This record gives sequence, C-alpha cells and structure tokens, in this order.
Amino acid sequence: MAMTATTPPLASQASISEEIERIQHETKPGQTSTRLDFSPYRSTLLRHPVKELRTLDPEEVELYAPVFGHSDVDPTEADLTLHPGGEPIGERMVVTGRVVDGDGRPVRRQLVELWQANAAGRYVHKRDDHPAPLDPHFHGAGRCLTDDDGWYRFTTIKPGPYPWRNHHNAWRPAHLHFSLFGREFTQRLVTQMYFPGDPLLALDPIYQAITEQAARDRLVAAYDHDTSQHEWATGYRWDVVLTGAHATPLEREDSDA
Amino acid sequence: MRDLVTTAGQTVGPFFHYALPYDGGPHLVPPGSAGAIRLAGTVYDGAGAPVPDAMLEIRQADAAGRVPVVEGSLRRDGVFTGWGRAATDAVGRYAFTTVAPAPTRPGVAAYFAVTLFARGLLDRLFTRIYLPGPELSDDPFLRSLPDDRRRTLVAERDVDGNLRLDLRLQGEQETVFLAFPRHRDR
Repeated sequence: MAMTATTPPLASQASISEEIERIQHETKPGQTSTRLDFSPYRSTLLRHPVKELRTLDPEEVELYAPVFGHSDVDPTEADLTLHPGGEPIGERMVVTGRVVDGDGRPVRRQLVELWQANAAGRYVHKRDDHPAPLDPHFHGAGRCLTDDDGWYRFTTIKPGPYPWRNHHNAWRPAHLHFSLFGREFTQRLVTQMYFPGDPLLALDPIYQAITEQAARDRLVAAYDHDTSQHEWATGYRWDVVLTGAHATPLEREDSDA
Repeated sequence: MRDLVTTAGQTVGPFFHYALPYDGGPHLVPPGSAGAIRLAGTVYDGAGAPVPDAMLEIRQADAAGRVPVVEGSLRRDGVFTGWGRAATDAVGRYAFTTVAPAPTRPGVAAYFAVTLFARGLLDRLFTRIYLPGPELSDDPFLRSLPDDRRRTLVAERDVDGNLRLDLRLQGEQETVFLAFPRHRDR
C-alpha cells in the first residue's frame, strides 16, 4: 500500500512496548480498572474523555439492569458450533464460569453475550478484510442466561489471533468478546477473555491498558480439565466479577413490592 | 462484605455489529405508535469527527415514571421493557424510538440512563440524557454542574416531541460522563 505524505509511518512493536511500559510505570498502583487514556492503542487518542468523570449516586433508573429471560434467549444460542450446514473448523471447546458482583453474590438469570473470530482469526464482519478464510459453518456469536448460581456455559471453537493496523506487525492475542449485565444498570461490563500462555498478551496495547498485573490476570481463562469432555472438547474456566451493587437485596425486595 | 477485584473492561472493538445490535433493539416502542418519540443524535470524537463504530444502550422509566422490570427486550412482543440498544451508523448517528420518560420521584428531572461503547474506547462510559423542562433547575445533580457542562446532558425537543442530543467523547464540549460510588478501584 502506498504511503501518502500525511500518513505517519506505523510505530514498531518495540516502541509501542516501550510506551506501554512507561505509562504502566507512571500509573498509580492499585488502578484495577482499564485506563481510557492509553496512547499505545492509537484509536484511543481522540476517543477518551479528558475531563474527570462525575461521581454520583445512582437513581432508580440506574438501580435496575434490564431483565432478560427465556423469551429472549433460546438455549441453543449457547452452542456456537451448531450450524445446519456442518461443523466449524477448529478446536472445539467449552467455556464456563461464574458471574458474581463485587460482594460475591451470584448474578442470576442474566444475559451473557459472546462474539469472536473463527479459528483462522477472521470475523464474520463486512469490515474485516484480514486475508484469512471465512468458515461457512461458523458465525461466531452466541448468548446464554446465567443459572440460579450465576454460571454461564458456551460451546464454541478456539479463535485464532489476527493482525490489526495499530502499529507495524501488530497482532491481537486470541480472545472472546463478552458482554455482561448485573442486577443494576451501573454494573454493565463489556470485556475480552484471553487464553493462558499466549505470547501475544505481553505485546497487546488493549490488554496492557489494564496497568495492574493482578487485574490483567483476571481476563485470562484457566484450562480446566474437569470442564474438558472425553473425546469431544477441551475446557476453559473464566469467572467474572462485576462492580458492587448500590441497592441491597432487601431494599430491592421492598421496591419490587 | 469485602470488595472483590472487579473484572476490567475492554473495548467493544470494531467487529461487534453482527453480534450485539439486533432487530428491534432501537425500538422500545413500535415507530408510529401512540406517544412514540425519536431520541437521536450523533457521537463525535475529540476532533469533531463522527464515530461510526459506537453503540449506545439506554435504560428508562415509562411515561408514568415507573422503571419496568420485565423481560423481552431481545424479542420484543409489545411489552415496554425500558431498555434498548442502537449502534451508530456510517456518519455517527444513533436513533431510538421510545416514549418520553417521567421523573421517578418528585424533585428530580426525567432522563435516559446511557451506556456508551466504541472502538477506541477502552471501557464503557455512563452518562444521562435529560429531557428539557422546568424541573431541570431543581434537580440537585444538574444544579451541581456549571452551565456549560450541564448543557451537554440536556436534549433539545422539537415541536413533535422528538429529542436530540449529540455526545462528545472528548474536547471543549465533552459530554459529562459519570461514575457511580461502587466503581471505585481497589
């Protein structure tokens, strides 16, 4: 591709890694949430607020998450390998875990959404032009509801890593996108689950925007042999902790009455 | 109870469109139904360019000030659930069809609670879209904001009752974004 005079050359991985390290050193210890202002991920430059967030107490509208139920989600949506035309290519796996809030209470009967690239690292998205094959038997989006103890469970295939244009020779580590709701609107979470031992994690400006190692580790699933299924699928366990709720369950019962 | 370390957010990325938006997501009530209004606007970045890969979710009370706690947002069946989702289009515009919410209690103004996601935005942002009206001057939160900041949260209403507010991720007229007490780091 021709480089025009106005296009700055892409940074090298070495300079991106150096920038990541510098910002992580400058960030106060104990910041467990993701930095919004994180220049190694270039698209953040014009898309992060520069004014401080205003902290305020949630009002009633924000104390209730949307409610989802069996009228919203069919149980088959939790199996991304189901396709009328045949099986997708890739390593079949089960991903399961428990969703709790910041006080350790299970998030019951709530929506979990999942989307991902296929085994070759390609999304079913019109703007994904990575020259890797689409899989006619893999769409890559699923949904489920957590059970009465906060557990979710998906069957899918392991996604591949893929290149992106953030810097020269930039590769996203393999990941699953997750969308989660709590009991309150304030607990909304969209994040990404990664795989243990992936060498691309250390190089990735999106994952590294969480400056605290312990908080980064939370996004990495564990291989779980008890979840693996004999002659069928490998298993991964990934638990999610949402922020704490503001209303106590007792207050909630009162206001539900 | 002790606070657990929360799971950090990550950007929704550029490839969410085939997974998260869904038919009926932006239509909390059917377009053209009694009392239906449009809530619309454009999402801008810090250079004033529209953001074509953002997504909004709204949560609201109904016209009587009650917050519905009912399922059915993903496969709408005539029940008002008070929740909707809309991706921005190629020129950064979002649009919902809904009803104008009423205040949930005396002394506070009516608003839509909003969550905003985008490629290049590493974690979700919360904000509110207030309906214009005389109640605004009494609302304790709005009163705590300087005029120029307050303006970023208040929609304009046209003669048909449709509401319009642009959201700005960064810059002079940056939208007031919110944090809630339990969002604190630990």
